[in-house]
Amino acid sequence: MSEETTTTSTAAEATTPKRRGRAPLSEGRRAERRLGWLLCAPAALIMVLVTAWPIIYSVWLSLQRFDLKFPDERQFIWFENYVTVLTNGYWWSAFGVTALITLVSVAIELVLGMALALVMHRTIVGRGLVRTSALVPYGVVTVVAAFSWRYAWTPETGYLANLFGEGAPLTEQASALGIIILAEVWKTTPFMALLLMAGLALVPNDLIKAAAIDGAGGWQRFTKVIIPVMKPAILVALLFRTLDAFRVFDNIYVLTSGAQDTSSVSMLAQTNLIKGLNLGIGSTMSVLIFIAVAIIAFIFIKLFGTSAPGSDNEGRR
Amino acid sequence: MAAFGATGTTKRKVGWGLINAVVVVYALVPMLWIVSLSFKTPGTINDGNFIPAEWTLENYQSIFSTDQFTRALFNSIGIALIATLIAVVFGTMAAYAIARLQFPGKRLLVGVSLLIAMFPQISLVSPLFEIERALGLFDTWLGLVLPYITFSLPLAIYTLSAFFREIPWELEKAAKMDGATPAQAFRRVIAPLAAPGVFTTAILVFIFCWNDFLFALTLTSTEASRTVPVALSFFTGDSQFEDPTGSISAAAVVITIPIILFVLFFQRRIVAGLTSGAVKG
Repeated sequence: MSEETTTTSTAAEATTPKRRGRAPLSEGRRAERRLGWLLCAPAALIMVLVTAWPIIYSVWLSLQRFDLKFPDERQFIWFENYVTVLTNGYWWSAFGVTALITLVSVAIELVLGMALALVMHRTIVGRGLVRTSALVPYGVVTVVAAFSWRYAWTPETGYLANLFGEGAPLTEQASALGIIILAEVWKTTPFMALLLMAGLALVPNDLIKAAAIDGAGGWQRFTKVIIPVMKPAILVALLFRTLDAFRVFDNIYVLTSGAQDTSSVSMLAQTNLIKGLNLGIGSTMSVLIFIAVAIIAFIFIKLFGTSAPGSDNEGRR
Repeated sequence: MAAFGATGTTKRKVGWGLINAVVVVYALVPMLWIVSLSFKTPGTINDGNFIPAEWTLENYQSIFSTDQFTRALFNSIGIALIATLIAVVFGTMAAYAIARLQFPGKRLLVGVSLLIAMFPQISLVSPLFEIERALGLFDTWLGLVLPYITFSLPLAIYTLSAFFREIPWELEKAAKMDGATPAQAFRRVIAPLAAPGVFTTAILVFIFCWNDFLFALTLTSTEASRTVPVALSFFTGDSQFEDPTGSISAAAVVITIPIILFVLFFQRRIVAGLTSGAVKG
């Protein structure tokens, strides 16, 4: 990245930051700061207003008995809601379902996504066609895809319904969860594959050639050379996908509406809020999900070490 | 990659062709199935065949015959366009500052937007529901535009700052040496180089807004601001004896068309945008 101070309107003199030792804050540096803050202010303001304020408000609501059906009974009750939620079987069932969907779908996506990334990276014939088709699931509205899967597995209507004998797969927990995972995997594998493909592009060809000359076979080159170099890209992809999978909502809403114990935590929180109009309990679940996601993110960032996005200096290439 | 595909023998080509065919089928089958359903007549919709035995346009006529779907389509397009426009403008400003200027707090901003990209959206649903009810934003366009902008800003900032870093800024200096004013240098030299990145970001943000279901389901309650994904899930058919499968499929096809067109025309750019933002960070 070039470092000269060139501002759009005030513009003019190039005071390189490298000479910053001379005067603590030259006129140009101060103008640059001001412009930087000015340009970032709208984005920062809207992000903080729409996330920070509601999350604080959410914590406040979660400490109250607050049911819109009985607004007169609104009252501050400290952590009673948390006790209610955390001792409730539905919550833990939803939590288990969410964790299961997250783990299984991300694991499958990693393997499939890596395979797809290698195909897209190395294919000789029809590269454009493959990349375009792989992007289709990314672009398609999740709800639309979910309807397609629902109809495909509906007895009599669907082409997949009788694949495993008679019965309605969406009305039994195990098969319904399998279908939800399938729908998630179909939708997001391409995204995983694209991130991994970008990582593949960063692997220097010379390194692979050198390994080949040293006698490493295809699998060895993959595990000993390509994977280690790609590690940051893999971790980024895994982090994004894990947190995304933990939020699973659209697919479940359309496929089972949470019946047969297939609710995710998002599904449960949304139901409590919209169907139950219970702001206290809904907010408590919101806060708990937020904490769970924060913990997952924290673990990943620890794993990342210095390769976390944003922790580097610009222009890493 | 020269190390692998040194020679393109016929056998190899056929092998790749097969693998590619698998990928294409995998990606397209669910979409073709919903297209097929949308063209089936009420009598044949339950036959389970992948290719309609009798073709009809009835389903498409029926969804456009009432206000319900057209109104939702209008809402979706309007809300997504407004959110995209604002997110891209604010995102461009912030990304330019991050890529080009030195100022304290830059790291913090990058960190905060990364946090928001990973934020569990459901955690905002309860408080936003209550706040928007109090402010009168519930069930309005603005009530959806605001969360959409917030959650697309990180995407916009990351993608755009990756694009901006690739621009050879020395060109700007060169133009000024040749006598251009700073405004001219920006408009004639930098803006054309930045335009493709901004455009790509706009498409990604639009896809994000078009796809949202959770906010649209929770923060709307009437046709005034309900978007198509939600309207779709509320379809009931003309009477209680009628199965809405056909109309849902037709509506699903209609709202998928714009995205498929984007993907077809801008495939290369979408790939570049997604990967540069995420990995080069």
